[in-house]
Amino acid sequence: MKNSDIANTLAIFKREFLSYFNSPVLYVIVVIYLLASMGFTFFFGRFLDSDNASLTQTFFFWHPWIYIVLAPAVGMRLWSEEHRLGTFELLMTMPLSPWQAIVGKFVAAALVWAIGLALTFSIVITVSWLGSPDPGPIITGYVASYLYALGCLAVTSAASAYTRSQVVCFIVSVALCILLTLIGYPGIVDSVVRTLPGSLEGLVRFVSYLSFMDHFYEMTKGIFVIRDVLYFISVIVVALIITHLGLRSKRA
Amino acid sequence: MIQVQNLRKEFGAKVAVDNVSFTVEKGEVLGFLGPNGAGKSTSMRMVTGYFRPTSGSIKIGGIDMLESPEQAKKSIGYLPENAPLYSDMTVASFLGFCAEVRGITGAAKAKAVDRVLDLCFLHRVRNQSVDTLSKGYRHRTCFAQSIIHDPDVLILDEPTDGLDPNQKHEVRQLIKNMGKSKAIIFSTHILEEVDAACSRAMIIDRGKVVADGTPESLRKLVPGCASLDEVFRSITRSDLEK
Ligand SMILES: Nc1ncnc2c1ncn2[C@@H]1O[C@H](COP(=O)(O)OP(=O)(O)O)[C@@H](O)[C@H]1O
Ligand SMILES: [Mg+2]
Repeated sequence: MKNSDIANTLAIFKREFLSYFNSPVLYVIVVIYLLASMGFTFFFGRFLDSDNASLTQTFFFWHPWIYIVLAPAVGMRLWSEEHRLGTFELLMTMPLSPWQAIVGKFVAAALVWAIGLALTFSIVITVSWLGSPDPGPIITGYVASYLYALGCLAVTSAASAYTRSQVVCFIVSVALCILLTLIGYPGIVDSVVRTLPGSLEGLVRFVSYLSFMDHFYEMTKGIFVIRDVLYFISVIVVALIITHLGLRSKRA
Repeated sequence: MIQVQNLRKEFGAKVAVDNVSFTVEKGEVLGFLGPNGAGKSTSMRMVTGYFRPTSGSIKIGGIDMLESPEQAKKSIGYLPENAPLYSDMTVASFLGFCAEVRGITGAAKAKAVDRVLDLCFLHRVRNQSVDTLSKGYRHRTCFAQSIIHDPDVLILDEPTDGLDPNQKHEVRQLIKNMGKSKAIIFSTHILEEVDAACSRAMIIDRGKVVADGTPESLRKLVPGCASLDEVFRSITRSDLEK
């Protein structure tokens, strides 16, 4: 990497990041996120009733379902908006590589999400005040939660590369994120395994291994496994490669 | 500065640009003429590195666009058709962003932005959101972006489209003046602009170059035609006839 590569990526990142704060959508999403993550935790999760105040069973449990909707809402503008405005053409005729733009934009969306996640820290404060929880699951839970959000964002980035419509991008991304979540949902996997002949169990387990859920739950249990982190990183890399292919097809 | 050879672009079965070759040197302004759908924008998008040609070669200042696109793009300024802008930015922040992507930062950036705000008469709206600009100002903002790095090569796709007569005149003057030190290509379907700003013109029809020369020589191309307008109509076919 040359200095100019980093400078280009930073220029893209800066514009993208600041543009989030010009849009009311971001504030709406952050408020919904905070309300949803707190609401689910306290009301549905009966957070305060549970004996051990275990965050992993209450707080992080709901995160995938929140991200399935909110990450596409944050990311749907990534490339769709460039296509719609025609600024994509401008960007691709400037002296930077598509990768610099893809990474710069993705990192901007990722940082926005990191801020959202940091705002939920009040939950952690509450837990610490209620008892003295084990910090291990909290840390791995946050890492798992953030990686889940990034996975959904990367999927959204890929979808946005192919369409100029934010609505289409949103719907497609939500559908993909639901799919990637459900194929690993323990209840669903078990019932599928029961109905299919035993010889296919390996295949089902393999498919479920590819899902976000499988890797997410391991980590929220407080087991920090490099394998699961690598899984999410590969999901992001693959999704960004698909983004790159989508952008290239627009210029074919 | 610009050397284009046997450029061809197919979209599926459709040939949008067919075997187009030309060179433009510093100090030349080449006008791209042709009816709608002739392939003017597609050609420019290949020269600027946006579209990849099906075949052919493009060199900008001796640098191959297909082999080292990032290097070749450095010396090009480009105004795409319809003047796209980021609608949530102000004029000055948009221009600042374009400068940064081109490696102009710090004090040099402020200077570059000021220079193009001056050249394009944008000072009055510098802190206005792009969203709220009138069409003429939007167009000039995108034009300003194309010259922020004072490029050797300028490619302008219908730079006077949608402007009022005064603005059209200003932009033509600007092109003509900059043409003294740069290699410029601009497309238009307004024939009077050829006389007003070009040192050379190419007429393109259905992807092919059908005439290439000075405005003078084009006028004499078809016997019996007195004006460029008549020449244009006799050698290109309108969309309706396809
Ligand atoms: N991305 C594209 N996909 C398919 N066809 C295209 C695309 N861009 C342009 N064309 C076709 O190529 C031809 C030339 O278009 P264009 O270069 O925009 O013409 P001009 O700028 O001279 O009006 C048109 O028939 C147009 O429909
Ligand atoms: Mg055009």
